[in-house]
Amino acid sequence: MKFWDKNKRLICNLCFILLLFAVLVIIQYTAPSTSMWFSVIRKVCTFSLAAVAMNLLNGFTGLFSLGQAGFMLLGAYAYSIFTISSDMRTTVFRNYGDSVVTFCLPMVLALIIAGLVAAFFAFLIGLPVLRLKSDYLAIATLGFAEIVRGIVQLTQFGPVTNGPDPINNFTSPKNILVYAAIAGICISIIILLINSTYGRALKAIRDDEIAAEAMGINLAKHKQISFVISSFFCGIAGAMFAMCNSAVSAVSFTSAMTYQILLVVVIGGIGSISGSIIAAFIYYASSEWWLKFLDLETVTKTGTKIPLLGPGFRMVVFSVLIMIVVLFFRKGIMGTKEISVYDGIIKIKNLLCGKKEGAK
Amino acid sequence: MDNNVLHIENITMQFGGVVAVDNLTMDVNKGEIVALIGPNGAGKTTAFNAITGVYEPTNGAIYFNGNKVIENFPKGKMRKLYSGENNGLYKSSIVKTPDKLTKLGMARTFQNIRLFKSMTVFENVLTAKHIRRTSNLFTATFRFNFKEEARMRKETLELLKLVGLEDVKDELATSLPYGKQRKLEIARALATNPTLLLLDEPAAGMNPQETEELAEFISDIRKKFDITILLIEHHMNLVMDISDRIYVIEFGKLIANGLPSEIQSNQKVIDAYLGVVEEDE
Amino acid sequence: MNIMPYLIRGLATGGQFALVAIGYTMVYGILKLINFAHGDLFMVSGMLLIYLVADFPTMPIYFSILIMIVITVVIGYLIEKCAYSPLRQAPRMSVMISAIGVSYLLQNLVAYLTGGISKQFPELPFLSENIRLFGVKDKISVFLSPILAILLTVALVFVINKTKFGMSMRAVSRDFETSQLMGIKINWVISVTFAIGAFLAAAGSLLYFSKNTGINHLAGSTPGIKAFIAAVVGGIGSVPGAVVGALIIGVVESLARAFDLADFADVISFALLIIILVVKPTGLFGEQVREKV
Repeated sequence: MKFWDKNKRLICNLCFILLLFAVLVIIQYTAPSTSMWFSVIRKVCTFSLAAVAMNLLNGFTGLFSLGQAGFMLLGAYAYSIFTISSDMRTTVFRNYGDSVVTFCLPMVLALIIAGLVAAFFAFLIGLPVLRLKSDYLAIATLGFAEIVRGIVQLTQFGPVTNGPDPINNFTSPKNILVYAAIAGICISIIILLINSTYGRALKAIRDDEIAAEAMGINLAKHKQISFVISSFFCGIAGAMFAMCNSAVSAVSFTSAMTYQILLVVVIGGIGSISGSIIAAFIYYASSEWWLKFLDLETVTKTGTKIPLLGPGFRMVVFSVLIMIVVLFFRKGIMGTKEISVYDGIIKIKNLLCGKKEGAK
Repeated sequence: MDNNVLHIENITMQFGGVVAVDNLTMDVNKGEIVALIGPNGAGKTTAFNAITGVYEPTNGAIYFNGNKVIENFPKGKMRKLYSGENNGLYKSSIVKTPDKLTKLGMARTFQNIRLFKSMTVFENVLTAKHIRRTSNLFTATFRFNFKEEARMRKETLELLKLVGLEDVKDELATSLPYGKQRKLEIARALATNPTLLLLDEPAAGMNPQETEELAEFISDIRKKFDITILLIEHHMNLVMDISDRIYVIEFGKLIANGLPSEIQSNQKVIDAYLGVVEEDE
Repeated sequence: MNIMPYLIRGLATGGQFALVAIGYTMVYGILKLINFAHGDLFMVSGMLLIYLVADFPTMPIYFSILIMIVITVVIGYLIEKCAYSPLRQAPRMSVMISAIGVSYLLQNLVAYLTGGISKQFPELPFLSENIRLFGVKDKISVFLSPILAILLTVALVFVINKTKFGMSMRAVSRDFETSQLMGIKINWVISVTFAIGAFLAAAGSLLYFSKNTGINHLAGSTPGIKAFIAAVVGGIGSVPGAVVGALIIGVVESLARAFDLADFADVISFALLIIILVVKPTGLFGEQVREKV
């Protein structure tokens, strides 16, 4: 009984996650292959991970970094380069002779390498850049992302990165359970980290840097830890992004992508993991699916054209919605709280019981 | 001097042309409560920040438990600008950041309370235990350190019991009344297992009754934790009540030091305060 | 090799960036906000002129330019009123995110209205004409840009340092609340700052786009980012710093082209940014701030 009391929230949440996973299994094996669910869930998994990784840095450590697109790019390239099937390699790299990488790694290994490559670069630039304060850090990391994007496209690096040409024909599973599993494992690790003694130290830095340092927390080291780990998972998210699209091209990793992730974090609540995941779902489901009808010129049965609808209108509506969230619901969906299924059940129970009593 | 905990030697802090602390030398011995007092703007907090590693002193050295932890001499632009004493006495430059000093056993509080806003009382103190961890990132993330974690939690709870904050442990730190926030800040500093506790104006903003309670509290923790305390203070009552020795500075210069009774009758000190002492009471 | 044309073109781009950079730097100086929407405002003002010229072909071009500048200033003012002023008490991160949202909105709105197609910037009389100076033949706008940038900066610095309004601007940038207590209408000061920024962006867009062929909804982001980098390199918050930074960025990129490193131009300016930030975290002319313990 005591065990239950101590862990009821955790157990309920785990049950809920299992339930979600079961739903995904059902979707994977029953939904028609043309269903929008597939592409949306793949995207949601990818950007949930990216948003949670960004949240670790921006929400839990208070470091305002905007380099996510750069680290995702590094991860995407590392992953795709290492998993191109050997028979297709010369075709992909036809403009540059052949790739310098002459082997093909299994997916899981390549994913880890993707993370490590991003983490390595984060480690290198973290040393000088993390000394900068708030806005300056944001600018420097944004600058770093742009540099990476520029360098990767140079023809001089052709044999490694295929220059400005896209990379394709690499391992890109389409099963949504694969995406859910990768994102699930990575996010779980981030949650474990946040709730560990290191996580508390990071939150202390966010709350008050000077006090945290006076409490013996080595600022440089802990900021670096947060930055490198966040980048590691951004790298993996980048690899997932590559898998989603089956092709990698540096042009898709613009700062607009970072802003997108940032908006997801904000909509979900800066400092809330479950918020980031919910927001990622809402964001990508609406922009890729639910609001898609706004882009189509629709003619009603009576023959009148519905005004305004047309290509691009979806994004206008979408950005207005975002502005509304930013201006009027500043705390986002979850604020800094986390979802607790147990508390939710108790609340609903109380609500129902209350009604019954009222009926008597 | 085996029982010397803190030895401050010829510390000078100069910002541009302004000498905020001038050639300050003082000692704190084991088990003592030592107070550093002085009128507003005398350079107390600056001295404090130099001791705790927030500022790099311009010149001078600091020894903690017999080891030299900080030493500096005028460099760069300061070489020409420097107007303090003992120029050339110190040749090496040892700089320690606040976290290193905390690790060595110094812990401090702040004049304007700096608690971790988003955390509960319990978490605030628990966070300070981070410094004494043996786990690394990997073992902590994957909970191989569960024994240590449990120990940290137990110690935190005990500490909160000792300082009398146990009943509010799950409340948000910033929702506490002012006096309790002060107490919490001290408790958080104690959680780092210090040998020397530095309190920066602990009674600032407190009413007489709260100040009295605080005096009791400070003497109490010295006994319970077998600790040495250096405090900066404005409240003369508090200082006279609890300190074993007092240092007085004015315009950055040491003008007197001695037992509370000696300080009270010291003409230089009375002149420096110009009646501020009475006003405070 | 003759470096002169590259140098002049670099100074020209630098001058155009400078006009945009001043907008960034002034807003940052007062609100401590990176106005991400500023680059898009720059694009919108260019787009406005295209539409004004296309839709009212009989209207004299000078009149169109005047209307374009007025509308741009109004948009700049409205952005501040709608997206930033409600967040005065909010944490800085919220305001920055709001700025990103505005930038997103402007881009998407323009993409919707234009169908995402690149539009041709009209030939402007005088500015688009070619002349020969210092042995270099180029459009007048190229020679005019750095001169105009410096003149406008001198005027602006004069306003900031010598007039009563400038004094209230400086006061607001130092301390919001105190200046409010001193009777300064901070909202008015902020609005005027945004209006000046928008005006300079409009002027910059005239010069910048007159040499470029087409504009689409993303045309503001590159000059926006470059101008922003310039502002940071020069020390954000300082008007002369922004101009110096912009000229440096313009010349460096142009020289990169001269030495056949065109591919590296962007990389070089970003690398310059990071190096300067690391060496001097507040930029060339920025002030050091020390947090009080």
